[in-house]
Amino acid sequence: MTGATRDSTTGITTIPPTPISHPRIVLATAGRVLAQLRHDPRTIVLLLGAPVMLNGLLAWILSDTPGAFDQWGAVLLGLFPLIIMFLITSVATLRERTGGTLERLMTMPVAKVDFLGGYALAFGLTATVQAVVVSAFTFSVFGLDVKGPVWAVLVVAVLDALLGTALGLFVSAFANSEFQAVQFFPALLLPQLLLCGLIAPRSTLPAPLEAVSAVLPLTYAMNAMQQLTTHATITDETWRDLAVLVAFIIGFLVVGATTLRRRTP
Amino acid sequence: MGLDQGRPDQGPAVSVADLRVQRGGVEVLRSLSFDVPRGQVVGLLGPSGSGKSTLIRSIVGVQMHVTGRCEVLGLPAGSRELRRRVGYVTQEPAVYDDLTVRENLRYFAVTTGAGRRAVGRVLDQVDLRGQAARLVRSLSGGQHNRVSLAVALLADPELLVLDEPTVGLDPVLRRSLWRLFHDLAAAGVTLLVSSHVMDEASECDRLLLLREGELLADETGPSLLARTGTTDVGAAFLQIIDGASR
Repeated sequence: MTGATRDSTTGITTIPPTPISHPRIVLATAGRVLAQLRHDPRTIVLLLGAPVMLNGLLAWILSDTPGAFDQWGAVLLGLFPLIIMFLITSVATLRERTGGTLERLMTMPVAKVDFLGGYALAFGLTATVQAVVVSAFTFSVFGLDVKGPVWAVLVVAVLDALLGTALGLFVSAFANSEFQAVQFFPALLLPQLLLCGLIAPRSTLPAPLEAVSAVLPLTYAMNAMQQLTTHATITDETWRDLAVLVAFIIGFLVVGATTLRRRTP
Repeated sequence: MGLDQGRPDQGPAVSVADLRVQRGGVEVLRSLSFDVPRGQVVGLLGPSGSGKSTLIRSIVGVQMHVTGRCEVLGLPAGSRELRRRVGYVTQEPAVYDDLTVRENLRYFAVTTGAGRRAVGRVLDQVDLRGQAARLVRSLSGGQHNRVSLAVALLADPELLVLDEPTVGLDPVLRRSLWRLFHDLAAAGVTLLVSSHVMDEASECDRLLLLREGELLADETGPSLLARTGTTDVGAAFLQIIDGASR
């Protein structure tokens, strides 16, 4: 698997250059994370049911305000996966850290990227299923109408979920307990939500805050979704948002990898 | 890498010289020097807080702030190549309790590079074949520990390092675990087993006695008893401490 080979006559072990990633371990890790999810049906029901319920509630609340749900429903389609995957990932990786399984994996021929890649793949797949189910209800039952292509809405929803996963992996390094991990939601995500342009358009923010909002990932996640609700085609601005999102996801995964320690202080 | 390094049958399994470990500004291991010969069961005995787990982590290569020499199978502790040749069982069972026994083993069979065939072998070794389809969370404490041990056995390690593997087990299970350890040693595996129960010394080929980060003894059980003029290791332990303070 690692490619290390030992010559049986000389006993010399040859180790290949630092392996960057082992696809089999990434797949096995993703399969293991999904198996854990499969053994937890209540979480699956909540993963799929809660966003459907909330979008239905929102559609009902805004049913007497023409056009309002078309604007906000799509935003929620992107926001739910981000928040849910952030919480799930930070708690799941924290359990790996405190339960000793991460330390055990780090004593095995596992690259850090294998571990993170497995989580990203498993939760990326989960997010895709979630996005498809929630979008199906939101478009067909609750009557959401966006100008842009529906597939692009799905892509943004899945990217938002991956952003949540990457952020969750990252913050789990700074939490010692589930209590602390959950607190990173108000500490880290809510300020971004306030600054991302949903509460007040970014151009109306005081200059320092507008500058800050330009370097926050949620700004691009939400802007991409808003662009899709108002434009029939994928604009240059949307492409830029998507590119920035992908860069943030990869960036946080890489920084997250540096927080996986092989050694105990 | 030199020619004499990495050979399975040469030199001690673990060779430690002037090993020191700092944790939080305190020296928790003070200049330890000892060898663990190949193919033996070596007991690392000492009360809790004596530094057993820190020493074990240093040998497995997951402890920070280690100075001195610590070689494992002829390589510096923590070397990448050792990750597939050393099995490590932590005190707390490090397995996924929301997966079945078999799901755990299948996953770790991939991460250790052992392959699926190893799963059946280790299930038999730790006598858990009947529980393979059960969620780990539903197992008893002893069974839970054995799942963790089975994971360490997957890769057929040359050195097996076990931190308090028999704690909380009933005498029958404890006996069957020691039988397994001796079978493994007979097959050429080196075992380093920590315990705070002095009785377990009788199961070991050699003993390392640790107290407050210092090595009190590094010899065979009979030699320790003869040297201290005692009849059991607990009394020998006290004899050495009393002798040192007098």
